[in-house]
Amino acid sequence: MEDAVLARRAMARQRRGRWLAHAALALGVLVFAFPIWITLVGSTHDAATIGRGDVPLLPGSHALENFATAWGEGGGRTHTTPAAGMLLNSAIMALLIAGGKIAISLLSAYAVVFFRFPLRMAAFWTIFITLMLPVEVRIIPTYQVIVNLDLFNSFTGLTLPLIASATATLLFRQFFLTIPDEYVEAAQIDGAGPLRFFRDILLPLSVTNIAALGVILFIYGWNQYLWPLLIINDRSMETIVVGLAKMIGSGDTQNEWNTIMATAVLAMAPPVLVVVVLQRWFIKGLTETEK
Amino acid sequence: MDRKVIFKGRALPMLLLLPQLAVTLVFFIWPAAMAVWQSLLQQDAFGLSTEFVGLDNFAEVVADPAWRGAAANTAVFASSVAVLALGVALFLAVQADKAIRGQRFYRTMLIWPYAVAPAISAVLWLFLFHPSIGLIGRALNAAGVMWDYQLNGNQAMLLVIIASAWKQVSYNFIFFLAGLQGIPKSVLEAAAIDGARPLRRFWTVVFPLLSPTTFFLLVVNLVYAFFDTFGVIHALTRGGPGKATETLIYKVYVDGVDNLNLGSSAAQSVLLMLFVIALTMVQFRFVERRVHY
Repeated sequence: MEDAVLARRAMARQRRGRWLAHAALALGVLVFAFPIWITLVGSTHDAATIGRGDVPLLPGSHALENFATAWGEGGGRTHTTPAAGMLLNSAIMALLIAGGKIAISLLSAYAVVFFRFPLRMAAFWTIFITLMLPVEVRIIPTYQVIVNLDLFNSFTGLTLPLIASATATLLFRQFFLTIPDEYVEAAQIDGAGPLRFFRDILLPLSVTNIAALGVILFIYGWNQYLWPLLIINDRSMETIVVGLAKMIGSGDTQNEWNTIMATAVLAMAPPVLVVVVLQRWFIKGLTETEK
Repeated sequence: MDRKVIFKGRALPMLLLLPQLAVTLVFFIWPAAMAVWQSLLQQDAFGLSTEFVGLDNFAEVVADPAWRGAAANTAVFASSVAVLALGVALFLAVQADKAIRGQRFYRTMLIWPYAVAPAISAVLWLFLFHPSIGLIGRALNAAGVMWDYQLNGNQAMLLVIIASAWKQVSYNFIFFLAGLQGIPKSVLEAAAIDGARPLRRFWTVVFPLLSPTTFFLLVVNLVYAFFDTFGVIHALTRGGPGKATETLIYKVYVDGVDNLNLGSSAAQSVLLMLFVIALTMVQFRFVERRVHY
C-alpha cells in the first residue's frame, strides 16, 4: 500500500522533472540561437534601420540586396573586400590544412606503426611535442621563418606551418595498432609491398577515421584567425573570418551594419552546415581526437 | 605497444616520415628554439646591435606591472570562461539526459556554436551588446545602466567572457552528455530506491562519477581560454579599453607585432610555453591513469 503511493509519487516527480528538463532545454536552445537569429534578421534590413538601433525581431525585405552587396562588393567604411573572394580563400585554406594534416599524419603513423628503423621513437616524440607548441606562443619566430623563406602573402605560408598534427598522427597510430596481424601476413603472402598494402588495405579501412577527422580539421582550418592576420596583407588573399573582423574596425555606429551582418552569415554558414549535416562524423571526430 | 608483424625496410619509413618531420622542425621546433634564444637577448631601439642578457628579459617581464595586469586579466578571464562554459554545459547535459524524447534535436541545436570561429562569435555578441545599435546594449541603456563596453573595462571583460564561453558550451555539452549516458542506470536506480531525492542523487552519485570528464574538460577549457580566444579579444576590444581586456597572449602579440619588442615578447612566449607544457603533462598523466582505472 505504502509502496504503491511512493511509486506513484516517484513517477509524478519523474514526469514533472522531464517537463522541467524540456523547458530548460528550450530556453537553452533559444539563448544559444539568439545571437545568430539577430544577425540573420539584421542581414535582411537596410543600414538606416540598424544604424538607428531599431533592429526588429523579424526579418525585413532587404535580404537580396544586402547579400548581393556583401557577396560582390563588400561593406565597411575602411575595409571592403567582396565576400565571394574571401569565401574562396577560406575554402582553399581550410581544405589545404585539413587535407595536408590528414595526408602527412597518415604517412607518418604508417611509418611508425608498420616499420622498425633507427630513431623511430625519437621521430614519434618530435611529432608529439608539437602538441605543446601552439602557434600563439611562438608567433614572432614563426613569422620570421615565413619571411625568410619568402612565403609571406602566399597560400603555402598560410597553410604549411599549420599542417603538422600530433593529434591526427596519434589517432591514426592508435587505429593502425588495432589492425589484425593476419591482414599484413596475407598481404605479404600475396606478394604485396608496403605501398600496395597502404593503398589497397589500410586506406580503405581508414575511411571512417579520415571522414571524422576531416570534419574537425575543416572547421579548425576555416576558423583560423591569428595566423592569416599575420601572414596575409594582400586584400585579394584575405580570408573571411579576418576580413569580417576588419570590416567592424572599432565598431563605429556609422558602419554598414547590414552588409557586415550579411557577411557574418556567409562566414559562418559553411562550417555550421558541415557540423549540422555531418553531425555523426563530427561527434565521432571530436570525441576520438581528444582522448 | 607495438605491432608484431611488420614490413622490412628502413629508407621507406624514413621517407614517409619526412613531410611531417620537416614541417615540425622548420615551423615548430626551430621557432620555439628561436623564441628561447631571443628571450635571452636584448636589441637596442634601432635593431642595430643585440647583446646576451641572460634571464634579464624574464626578470623584466615578471616585474612589469603591465604584464602582471595582463596575468590578472587572464586569470579572471580564463577562470570565468571555464566556470561559465562548464556550468551551463553540465546543466543542459543533465536536462538532455533526463528528457528522453527530442534528445537528438536538442543536441543538434546546441552543438553548432562549436563551428563558429571565436572572432565571429565576438562579432555576433557585438551586434547584441553594441551601445547604440545592439538590442541588449540599447535596452540596458534605456533601463538606466550606463552600458558601453568601449568605455567601461568591466563591461568589456564581461562581453569577451560571454562571447568566448558561448562557443565553448557546445564542446562541453557533447562530452558531458556522453559521460552521463555512460553512467549505468542500475547505479541511479539504486540511489533512487534508497530514497535519495534527484538533486541529492546528482551531487552524491552522478557528479563524482563525472569527475574524470569534468577534469579533462577543465584542462581543455583553460587551454581554449588562454590561446584560442585571441580572435575574440582582437575582434571585439583589442585589449581595451585601456588594458582592461589585455590577456597574456594578446600582450605577446602587441609587444611583438605592434611594439616590435622582440626580447620581451619572446620571454613572454617562453613563459606561456612552460604553462602549456605543464597543462599538457597534467592532462596526459591524468588520462593515462584513467585508462588503467
